[in-house]
Amino acid sequence: MSKNQLDFEKPIAVLQEQLDKAKQIAEKGKVDTTNLIIELEQKIVETKTQLYANLTPWQRVQLSRHPDRPYALDYIQALTNGDFIEQFGDRTVKDDKAMIGGFGSINGQTLMFIGQQKGNTTKQRQYRNFGMPNPEGYRKALRLMKLAEKFGKPIITLIDTPGAYPGLEAEERGQGEAIARNLLEMAVLKVPVICIIIGEGASGGALGIGIGDKVLMLENTWYSVISPESCSSILWRNWDNKERAADALKLTATDMLTQHLIDGIIAEPLGGAHANRDEIFNTVKEEILQNLSLLKAINIDNLVEQRIAKFSSMGVYNEA
Amino acid sequence: MSWFTRIKKGITTSTKEKKETPEGLWYKCPSCKHIQPSNEHEDNNYVCLKCDYHQRIGSHEYFALLFDNNLFAEINEKMTSGDPLSFVDTKKYTDRVRESIKKTGLNDAVRTASGKIDGMPAMIACMDFAFIGGSMGSVVGEKIARAIDYSLQHKVPFIMISKSGGARMMEAAHSLMQMAKTSAKLALLSQAKVPYISYITDPTTGGVTASFAMLGDFNVAEPNALIGFAGPRVVKETIGKDLPKGFQTSEFVLEHGFLDFIINRKEIKPRISQLLRLLAN
Ligand SMILES: [Zn+2]
Repeated sequence: MSKNQLDFEKPIAVLQEQLDKAKQIAEKGKVDTTNLIIELEQKIVETKTQLYANLTPWQRVQLSRHPDRPYALDYIQALTNGDFIEQFGDRTVKDDKAMIGGFGSINGQTLMFIGQQKGNTTKQRQYRNFGMPNPEGYRKALRLMKLAEKFGKPIITLIDTPGAYPGLEAEERGQGEAIARNLLEMAVLKVPVICIIIGEGASGGALGIGIGDKVLMLENTWYSVISPESCSSILWRNWDNKERAADALKLTATDMLTQHLIDGIIAEPLGGAHANRDEIFNTVKEEILQNLSLLKAINIDNLVEQRIAKFSSMGVYNEA
Repeated sequence: MSWFTRIKKGITTSTKEKKETPEGLWYKCPSCKHIQPSNEHEDNNYVCLKCDYHQRIGSHEYFALLFDNNLFAEINEKMTSGDPLSFVDTKKYTDRVRESIKKTGLNDAVRTASGKIDGMPAMIACMDFAFIGGSMGSVVGEKIARAIDYSLQHKVPFIMISKSGGARMMEAAHSLMQMAKTSAKLALLSQAKVPYISYITDPTTGGVTASFAMLGDFNVAEPNALIGFAGPRVVKETIGKDLPKGFQTSEFVLEHGFLDFIINRKEIKPRISQLLRLLAN
C-alpha cells in the first residue's frame, strides 16, 4: 500500500490492514486464517471495483494528481523501451524543465514525444516547476513539432499540467503569444498528431500542446478551462466549493467525450494508473499504435482539413 | 446579409445632434479628473482631452470610428449562447445571459461586420466588455471563426478588436476549445495571405491573449491597456511581491517585443487605413 493514500481510498486501506494482520497470524501458524484471507482478498477487489466505478468528478481530479501516478518521462521510457533521445532548449532563451521531448521509437516506428513533466520528490517538483511550463517550454515544444514535421514523423503529446506558469518572467517573455502560436501551428502540422491527457489538463497550458487528430483522456484525468479550486474561488469567492465546481465544469473524461470535445477514453487499471504501471503503459502503447495506423492511412492534406474541421465544430450556440 | 437594410446609426455620424448637446453634459475623466464637455470628448474618440486617458468603449463606438459613414453589414448578429453544461453558480448561466442581453442590448460579447475603411473593404470583429466581461464562450468563438471565413472567402483584411477577461467559465471546456477554433481559422487566413490586424484594447487577458489577440500579422494596441496572459492579481500572488510599475501595459508588451506599435485612438482610422493601403498597393 502506498503511503500516498487519498481520503476516499480509506475503506480499501482498512481492509488491507485486516488482510495484513490475517496473514501475520497465519505465518505464526497458531490459527488457520485461510478462509478469512480469501474472503478479505475478494472483499478488497469488490470494494475497489465498486469504489472506482463510482468516483465523483472531484475524486477523479484527486486521482489525476496522485503523487504515485506515472509522469510523461515514465510513459516515454516504457513505451520506447528506452529507445528515446531527449532534446533540450527552445533555441531562443533557455531549456524549460517542465516541458520535455525528443524522438523515440515504438515497435520500430519513430515518433516525436512531447509532454509536460512533473516531479515525484520535493526537489524534483521544484526542478520541474510543478509541470507548469514557461513560454520557452511551449516554444521548445513547437520547435520539436516542426522538427517532426520536417522528417515526417508523427507526434505524440502527453498532457499533464496544472496550468501554464503565471509568473512575472512568463509574462515578459509572452506566455500568451507562445501558447497562441502553438495553437495556430499545430492546427496545420502536416504529420499525424495524437494528444493524450495523462494527468491534469488545465486550460491554455494544456491546450498549448493539445491540438491533435486524436485527443484521448486517461480514465482518471480532467480537462477544462480552469481548475476546480480556481473556479470555486472566482465564482463563490472561496475554495470550499471545489467539489461543486468539479461537478459543474463537467471535466471528467466521460463528460468530455459526451460533449464531443475529445475523441476517446483510455481505461486505467483498477485503482488508477499508478496501481499497475505495466498495465497502463501497455494500454497506452496499444492505443497509440492503433490510432497511428488509422491516421497514417489518411492523406495528410485531408487529415489537416479534418483536424481543423473537428475543432471548428466545437461549441454550443443558437443561430437565431 | 444585406448592405442597405442594416445601416446603423452610430455616435460619430450624429454630429448635428452632438452640437446640440445641452450645456451641462460633462464627462469627468476617471484618470486626471479633468471635466470636459461630453461632445468634445466624443469627438476626440473618447480620449481625455487633457491626459489622453482612453475610456473603454464598445463595438457601436468602434464600428462608428472605423467604418466609412458608419455603414456596415453585420453578420450572425442574432446568434446567442447555449448552455451546454446547464451551468449554475450564484445564478443560472441562462439567466445571466438573458440579463446581459437585456442590460446591454447586445446578444453576446462580440459583433462582426463588413464595411469599408476609406473605401477599402474590411471585416471587423469587435468585442464588448459590457457583456459578461467580454468573456469568450461558444458564440464569441463561432462568430470570430465565421468572420475569418468571410475574410477568406472575400479576400478582405480581417481586423480583430480584442477586449476580454478571457474564456467564459460557464461554458468550461467549450470556451477553451474556442481558442483552438479561432487559431486554426487564423492559420488558414495566414496561408491564404489575407492580412490580419489584431487591435488590442484595455483589458485583454487569459484565453483571448493566448489565442487570436497575439496572432496578428500586426499586433497593435491602444496606449496603457492591460494586456497579459495571467491576470495581475494572479501574477502578484505567484511571485509574492508587488508588481513593477507599468507591468502588463501596452508599453511593457511593446518593449518585450510582442506588439508592432501602439495606436492612440484619436488616430485609429488614419493609422488602420494607412496600414491597409500599404498592404494593398
Ligand atoms: Zn484625463
